[in-house]
Amino acid sequence: MSQHPDRPSDHASSHAADRASSHASNPPSGSPWMYIAGFVISIALTLGALWLALARQFSTEALLTVILILAILQIGVQMFFFMHVTESPRPQFNLWILGLGMFFTFVVIASSIWIMSFGGALGY
Amino acid sequence: MPTLLPHFPATFIVTGNPLIYGAEVSIVLATVGILFVLTYFKKWRWLWREWLTTVDHKKIAVMYLIAALLMFFRGGVDAMLMRTQLMQPNMHFLQAEHYNQIFTTHGTIMILFMAMPFIFAMFNIAVPLQIGARDVAFPYLNAVSFWLYFFAALLFNLSFVIGGSPDAGWVSYPPLAGLEFDPGPGENFYLLSLQITGIGSMATGINFMVTILKMRAPGMTLMRMPLFSWSVLASSILIIFAFPVLTVALALLLVDRLAGAHFFTMLQGGNPMMYVNLFWIWGHPEVYIVILPAFGIFSEVVSTFSGKRIFGYSSMVASLMTISVISYLLWVHHFYTMGAGPGVNSFFAVATMSVGIPTGVKVFNWLFTMYRGRIRLTVPMLWAIAFIPIFAIGGATGVMLAAAPADYQYHNSFFLIAHFHQVLIGGTVFGMLAGMYYWWPKMFGYMLNERIGRWAFWLFNGGFYVTFLPQYLLGLMGMTRRMYTYPADMGWNALNFISTIGAYVMGVGFIVLVLDVVYSIRYGERDVTGDPWNGRTLEWSLPSPAPHYNFARIPTVTSRDAWWTGKQARAKGDAPAPPEPLQPIHMPKNSGGPFILAVIFFIGGFGLVFNWYVLGLLALLGILVNLLLRSLDYDTDYYVPIEEIEHTEATLRRA
Repeated sequence: MSQHPDRPSDHASSHAADRASSHASNPPSGSPWMYIAGFVISIALTLGALWLALARQFSTEALLTVILILAILQIGVQMFFFMHVTESPRPQFNLWILGLGMFFTFVVIASSIWIMSFGGALGY
Repeated sequence: MPTLLPHFPATFIVTGNPLIYGAEVSIVLATVGILFVLTYFKKWRWLWREWLTTVDHKKIAVMYLIAALLMFFRGGVDAMLMRTQLMQPNMHFLQAEHYNQIFTTHGTIMILFMAMPFIFAMFNIAVPLQIGARDVAFPYLNAVSFWLYFFAALLFNLSFVIGGSPDAGWVSYPPLAGLEFDPGPGENFYLLSLQITGIGSMATGINFMVTILKMRAPGMTLMRMPLFSWSVLASSILIIFAFPVLTVALALLLVDRLAGAHFFTMLQGGNPMMYVNLFWIWGHPEVYIVILPAFGIFSEVVSTFSGKRIFGYSSMVASLMTISVISYLLWVHHFYTMGAGPGVNSFFAVATMSVGIPTGVKVFNWLFTMYRGRIRLTVPMLWAIAFIPIFAIGGATGVMLAAAPADYQYHNSFFLIAHFHQVLIGGTVFGMLAGMYYWWPKMFGYMLNERIGRWAFWLFNGGFYVTFLPQYLLGLMGMTRRMYTYPADMGWNALNFISTIGAYVMGVGFIVLVLDVVYSIRYGERDVTGDPWNGRTLEWSLPSPAPHYNFARIPTVTSRDAWWTGKQARAKGDAPAPPEPLQPIHMPKNSGGPFILAVIFFIGGFGLVFNWYVLGLLALLGILVNLLLRSLDYDTDYYVPIEEIEHTEATLRRA
């Protein structure tokens, strides 16, 4: 749709132009430091998880919890540094939908565990 | 055992039943007939250029509508066969296995191949026109969605004559649907066709969410958007979050069946209950996916034919959004009897009952909209009014079923059957038929005949009560679903007989509906104004049918019910602003890509049904090549020149 930004404006391509201009006014997305910082943080989180798993300092349950927390942080890093979730034009529908998606994902996983454990009657 | 070389199962073409022989002969005759007509009238090129390659949302809506009505017929015939079998005790009209196949295909077709395309027909015809857009956000993807649905439906229906129909119920629970108890290819047909149509539905959900959020005309804030578009937004959100779960559940079951895995088997660590859980995580939002657009249509219809703006617009929006979130949190009420424990069952029982609150808000708002309105009893309005008592009864029995302890009594009885037919027919089907009558002039440029439409309405609506009210009693008397016959001394005979008569009346109602369509093609009143119902929203500001670019000039919206406000202002004598100069319109080009992609999906799906992995792999390759070619194709759009717009507008406009 945005292949002809110079052609006469119409509904679709004017939206594309909006997006282009809002990007131009947001300098951080062009800066390489954002990407380098994101890269370093995500590598650190990954290596941290690997080290914890290899070192076996915690009990299994604590280990799983910590790794889960590191994974959630990793999602945040990827979203913020690489996918630029905070930089879309307002209103930020993508954040709303992302939040809703996370809520539903949480519901599906947590309730499935709750339901399928049959009140503790089954071992999984 | 799966092999690499094609091997034909012993029952490749289904034999041994006069009904199926009849179907085989009629399929061959119909195919030959269609090919002959297309060739004789030299329509092949027309078919390809105008329909098979189109990316125009209005034409896609027409194709969805035709497909939905055809599938309504197929599912309806299944229903007639079942009711005939149950008309009297100890009938031998259908054998047990044939009955199993028929209730399976009836459910699957009605939900996935009738209700879904019917709502998509309404999405496609109304949403871009209502929000002042020239097409959906991704027109090519829209065509992909339709053709995937179309070929999935073809694949599913093919099972009737080739390989054998699926017979494990529309929910297809393992272990019954697993390889051990259901070795034939029937279940593979079910799994693969649902996967293919699921991709299409998912794409439609994304498409319409983006369209509604990003492509509204200037000035049309979300809170000025027509309620039907709001309901489509709510429904799209549910599609996006529910369908992936179905995809996972079906994929795992398919891996079980094709590759011998043990996700849902009884032994070796499998857990069939997990399938039930995953299926209903999709399945419960699914019923709201198909009913929320119906709510949207009722809002439009009730408001238009009461001559009033909708009562409580903000509360309508709030309840739509609330329903779309709460409806995701109810799924366990489909399997209370699985025994997940009192904690789980209580939570989901309370959540289920609470969804009645926003739904009740909507019903009262429709009633208050009608209150002191100048009501015109047109056919769409009749369907909308008839919906209210049916939905009230269906909702009340729904709350009864939601009470977990009581559900142990009702579970899988005809009480349940009566309940969900009441909400799905009374809600979705009545809503879609109201929408079909309401937007028909916008789709085709002529009205459906009101007189015949009334006959169809009264037959279908009357037959509905006669069919389903006795089924509540049958359920309370202990008749369970999916039993193919019953002994004579159960006391069920009279009620079953009445129910079957009602089903026949509904069948006649459907035939009259089709007669209305056929009659109106020839004699229907032409809609020359573009606004036959004295409508309120922007689609009625356009000629009927709308030109392919929809709006020559994108309107600027200043209020809710934008077209109505504009009409009021003109009636008061306010001179409309002088039209802005026309500009060339940016439009997507037609493409054969979606059709070819879906054909490849069909071939691959057919291959996997019979474990022909070579065919499956070739199709996968074809799909990747098709996607690659599309992403390398930069010649996808063009501009409609000003002269052409002027010419089209001069031809279409009355002024």
